[in-house]
Amino acid sequence: MRLACLAFGLGLLAQIGLAQEIEVEAHRFYEGTSDSVVRVISTADLDVFEPFLLEFQRTRPAIGIDYTVTSSTELHRAMTQDHTFDLAISSAMDLQFKLANDGFAQSYRSSATDSLPAWASWRNLIFAFTSEPAVVVISRDDFVRQPKPVTRQDLIALLRENPARFQGRVGTYDVRVSGLGYLFATQEARASDAYWRLTEVMGRLDPQLYCCSAQMIDDVASGKLALAYNVLGSYAAQRIAEDDRLEILVLEDFSNVMLRTAIIPQSAQNVEYAGALLDDLLRAGMRDTPSAWVLPPLSDRRDPLPAAFGPIRLGPGLMVNLDQLNRRAFLDAWESGMEQR
Amino acid sequence: MITQTLSIGRRLTLLLGAIAALLAFLSWGMVSSFSGQAAARTQDNVLAASVATIAETLRSEQGTVRLELPYSAFAMLGAISEDRVFYRVSVAGETLTGYDDLRGGRIPEAPGEVLFDTLEYRGETVRMASISRVVLAGREGASVTVSVAQTRNGIAAVTAGLSRTAAVLSVAFFVLAAALSAIAARASLRPLNEIAQSVSRRGPSDLRPIRRPAPSELAPLMTALNRLMDRLGQSIRRSEDFITEAAHRVRTPLATVRAQAEIALHTVTGEEEKRSLRRVIRAVDESSRSAGQLLDHATVAFRAEDLDRSPLDLSDLTRAVVESLSPTAEMKDISFAVTTAPAAIRGDAILLQTALRNILDNAIKYSPPETTVSIQVTRAKAEVQVEICDQGTGLGAGPVAHLTERFKRGDNVEGVVGSGLGLTIAEEVMRAHNGSLTLRNMTKGGTGTCVLLVLPSA
Repeated sequence: MRLACLAFGLGLLAQIGLAQEIEVEAHRFYEGTSDSVVRVISTADLDVFEPFLLEFQRTRPAIGIDYTVTSSTELHRAMTQDHTFDLAISSAMDLQFKLANDGFAQSYRSSATDSLPAWASWRNLIFAFTSEPAVVVISRDDFVRQPKPVTRQDLIALLRENPARFQGRVGTYDVRVSGLGYLFATQEARASDAYWRLTEVMGRLDPQLYCCSAQMIDDVASGKLALAYNVLGSYAAQRIAEDDRLEILVLEDFSNVMLRTAIIPQSAQNVEYAGALLDDLLRAGMRDTPSAWVLPPLSDRRDPLPAAFGPIRLGPGLMVNLDQLNRRAFLDAWESGMEQR
Repeated sequence: MITQTLSIGRRLTLLLGAIAALLAFLSWGMVSSFSGQAAARTQDNVLAASVATIAETLRSEQGTVRLELPYSAFAMLGAISEDRVFYRVSVAGETLTGYDDLRGGRIPEAPGEVLFDTLEYRGETVRMASISRVVLAGREGASVTVSVAQTRNGIAAVTAGLSRTAAVLSVAFFVLAAALSAIAARASLRPLNEIAQSVSRRGPSDLRPIRRPAPSELAPLMTALNRLMDRLGQSIRRSEDFITEAAHRVRTPLATVRAQAEIALHTVTGEEEKRSLRRVIRAVDESSRSAGQLLDHATVAFRAEDLDRSPLDLSDLTRAVVESLSPTAEMKDISFAVTTAPAAIRGDAILLQTALRNILDNAIKYSPPETTVSIQVTRAKAEVQVEICDQGTGLGAGPVAHLTERFKRGDNVEGVVGSGLGLTIAEEVMRAHNGSLTLRNMTKGGTGTCVLLVLPSA
């Protein structure tokens, strides 16, 4: 069974690789009892999303799920280039919003979408189901005799004063390849001038640049990194639960809260099942009771992280940073700060 | 019978209701149109602010046009509605950034001028604002056009919402106005109804002019009505006068004829001649009696119009009448049995005497010789009653109510001469005094007729 599954998955992978040239990070097929399959493309790692998919299949065993993991930029490319998926889930809100704005998403309405708070959807085209903060993850060993920074100012001072200890041991997103990293960086740059000073300080320390949160957390856990900046809080929380070498640092000045969003692409073929999956996602996003699923709900009252600005707003303002001129200008500034050797 | 057309009240209500409906519809249309325009203007203003904000950040750097889209330029568009946003910045027609296929709008000539266009883009209607600015790039100035377009779902939703609210308000306004119209119609018709009621409440012979305040619209109708009644009254009076005159003129020569016949009766000796003369005398008597009744009738009609209401005692009056008729009764050997009680009333003595005389006259006429006519005056609570019963043949089997009508006589009067006016006169007198006259057959102690007069006591 597993083998058959894998073989099918590999076959599909090959197909996708040949015909459509998306860089696929992982892929798994969850067989249903019937022929219907809902094809999901997502930026969420398999181990994060699997519990939800299995729960969905428990209630609807007939529906098979074809789950493809890719980066947010690849996902955006797949959507704009005639690839067929039934549901697209991404953490890069700006790219998702642009897909909806430019007409690549189709409208969907159900009782679940109607009960969403107004800020968690836009035009019934794009729907948020988690709100996840960007956090700093540190290695406990490196902060034993050290007061932990509380604000960005503290962090800047700490890095500036201890260059030897942090040389080559600071990690963050490579905003050129990570859509989520770019979203966090642009939102932070808009919110505080500390971002650029922090970029410069990190740039002097030979920073390690990553595509994804998971790898950053791995490297902090292994001791390769002392500190990872702008890591997805939900992933970090999941890892910390089983690894006490890690700790989440709460910066009190502000934190960016991202909404993980889903759209039903215009090219979707199995809209009915995509809608059912989306409804379940939204219900999970609106849950009040604690659950085992690592992805946090839309509003977590137990969330200790300060989010004075609220989640990043779903609106046309997101498109500003995707403008080619703005992006070029931002990346120029970022590169000159981050890569000063 | 008058053919009834649509009532004025309903006509007024319908007309006012139709006007209210028209006004409600117009106000709904106007509010909808204004709210649509206002929403559209709001969107235009925000779009204008957006393009102006973008245009302001245009600058030239090392000979090329540079632009950093301000966050606020798009955030402000998102603040008013969930509409899709498209934009394009072009330098001399070449797309610098944005959606390359967003074309078709007019290009503003004057710097700073904002032009608005409504066009189709990606399957939706969008409103687009464009502004032009000259940016010095190198030595020459380049004309840069900034266009920002937004779909119109937001204003459509706002307009639809306001239109719905306006529709609800218009319907409420209409319902209120219709109810008020009905009330207004009823209120303005009230004087007319009151006048109609006061006219229909009048007695059958009441021809006095209507004297009550009337709205100016009804005054001509009232005047015409009063004039008509006046003419009617005059014409009735003229005919009464004529009858009186005629009766007078007939009576005087009849008296002469009767006197001459009496003399002749005493002078002739032949039995045959005496019989014919007696027949002549009886016929003359009847004629003069009828003329008298006609005269009575005219008197009643005349005096009832402006009734004298002096205090008097009906018993005295009755006794006086009985007294005056005693000689006639004695001729037929008829006796009167009179019982009286004090009965104070208010009324016209002459009319009441006329009424009693006519009834007693009838009683004598229809009674066989050597019988008694009983007259009883009684008083009960607020009424005074006079009952006159004879021992004649009664009223016959036919209905009795119509016997008081003019010139109507009973079914069993063969052989007795009469005009049929007596009871009519008596009843008219009673009615003028707010009293009544009832006829019935005697039920116990043999045959006979009873006339019951009832009058309110003073």
